[in-house]
Amino acid sequence: MAKSEHELTWKDLEIGCIVTEPGNARQYQTGTWRSQRPTYDFKKCIKCGICQLFCPEGCIGQNKEGLFEADLYYCKGDGICAAECPTRVITMVEEEEK
Amino acid sequence: MTTRVGVEVSIAVADAAKMANPDVIAAYPITPQTHIVEHLADLVANGELDAEYIPVESEHSAMSACLGASASGARTFTATASQGLSLMSEVLYVAAGMRLPVVMAVANRALSAPLSIWCDHSDMMSVRDTGWIQIIVENGQQALDNTICAFRIAEDKRVLLPVMVHMDGFNLTHVIEPVIFPEQSEVDRFLPPIQYPLPLNPDKPVAMGGFAPPAIFTEAKWAQEMNLRNSKKVILECWSEFSKQFGRTYSPVEKYHSEGAKVLLLTLGSFGETASVAIDRMRESGKDVGQIRLRLWRPFPFEELRQAVKDADILIILDRDLSPGGPGGVVASEVKAALYHQSKKPKVVSFVGGLGGRDVTEAGFEDIINKGIAIASRGSKHEYEIYGVRE
Repeated sequence: MAKSEHELTWKDLEIGCIVTEPGNARQYQTGTWRSQRPTYDFKKCIKCGICQLFCPEGCIGQNKEGLFEADLYYCKGDGICAAECPTRVITMVEEEEK
Repeated sequence: MTTRVGVEVSIAVADAAKMANPDVIAAYPITPQTHIVEHLADLVANGELDAEYIPVESEHSAMSACLGASASGARTFTATASQGLSLMSEVLYVAAGMRLPVVMAVANRALSAPLSIWCDHSDMMSVRDTGWIQIIVENGQQALDNTICAFRIAEDKRVLLPVMVHMDGFNLTHVIEPVIFPEQSEVDRFLPPIQYPLPLNPDKPVAMGGFAPPAIFTEAKWAQEMNLRNSKKVILECWSEFSKQFGRTYSPVEKYHSEGAKVLLLTLGSFGETASVAIDRMRESGKDVGQIRLRLWRPFPFEELRQAVKDADILIILDRDLSPGGPGGVVASEVKAALYHQSKKPKVVSFVGGLGGRDVTEAGFEDIINKGIAIASRGSKHEYEIYGVRE
C-alpha cells in the first residue's frame, strides 16, 4: 500500500475492497487494543511453549535466548498466556503502569 | 428467427437464464419461485444447460454459494421469494459490498406473519437498502428481456453489482403469456462473456471480503454508492442497446397517457396493466388521467420521476407494501422525498393495498383514482389510506 489507510480516497480502493497485496494484514497493529500487557519473570521460565500454543493471536515467539515472549505490536493483552503458564512467569499489568 | 410462444412466465425466466449461459446456479425452492428453479434443474439434468446446479439447504446457503461462485469469476444465477429473500438478506449486503454480479429473480410475495404465499411487495422493499440494483417487471416479455439485461448490467465493468429482477408471484410467475423468444445467437451477441476483473485465482492471489477499519469504511461505502448511482447510465445504455437489437424498449419510469395529464397514478409490477385498463375507461369518459410505472427501483430514478410528474396536479400511488408505524407505503414515501425540494410538485396521495395477494380490479383502480382526487382536494389527516380494508 503506497498510501496509509488515512490517506486513501474512495477512488483508490479496489473493487469491493479486494486485497491484491498478499500479507498486508501484518501491518495491522492490533497491539493498540491492549489495556493490559504481559510482563515476564524469565527466571521461572522452563521454555515449555504452552503460552505460544494457547495464544489466540499467534504473536508469541522465542527470543534469542529461546524464551517465549509476546510481540507487543500485535499482543491484544487477553492474558491467556498468563493464565496458562504452569510456572507463573507472566504477570499482566495495566498499560499505564511502568 | 424469433418465435412467439405461449409459456408460463416462470419457465420463460428460466429459459432466459439458460440463454445467458450461466456457469453456476445455486437455489432453494420456495413458492412462488419454484417453477423457475425446477425448470433450470431440469435443463441442467437433461444436459441442455452446461452449468453447475447446487441444490443447497437454505436460501442463506444459496446466496453464499452464488457469492463464492461469482467471486471465482463465474456467471451466477439464483431465484427466491419472500421468506427466502429474508433469510438471504445478510448475504445480500455482502454480495453488493463485495461487488459480485449475481443475478437473481425474485417472485414477489408477502412476508409472514400471517403466513401468505401470495403476492405483495413487502419482500422487495425489505431488501431496498442491500445495495442491489432492483428492476421490476410487469409481464412475461419484460421478465424474459430483463433477465437477459440483468446479466449485462451486473457484469459491466463500470457496474459490477448484483441485480434483482422482481416479478409478482402468481400474478406473473404462474400465468401463461405470449412471449417472444430471441435467438440464442442474438442473445450471445448482446451478452458478452463475463470477465470479472479480480477473480479468485491461484495464479494471481487476492483476498476478498476482508474487514474495513473505521479509516476505510466510509470510503468503501461511498465507492459502492457512487457505483450504484452511476449504474443508471449503464442500465439506460443496456436498455437502449436492447431496444436496437430486439425492438422492445424499457425506461426507468414508463409512461401511459401521462404527458399533460393532471392526475397521475403510479404503479409497480403486474397491477400496471390492470390499472391501464382503468385509465383507458376514465379517459374515454373525459377524465384527464394518466399512468406512470416504475421499472427501476434501485438506483432510484430521481430525474425521470420528477420529469414525468412535473405537469401533474395530483399523483396517486398504490403501494403493495406497508412500513408499519411509519409513513405507510414505501414507494409513496420515497416519491414524496424525491419531490420535496421541487418548487412545483403534485399533491401526493398514498394508498396501501393489494397486500398478501388481495386483488385490485379495473373498477378498484377507478375507485382509487376517484378517492385520490377527492382526498387531494379536501385533504386527509392520515399519512396514507388503506384500500379495501373491512372496517
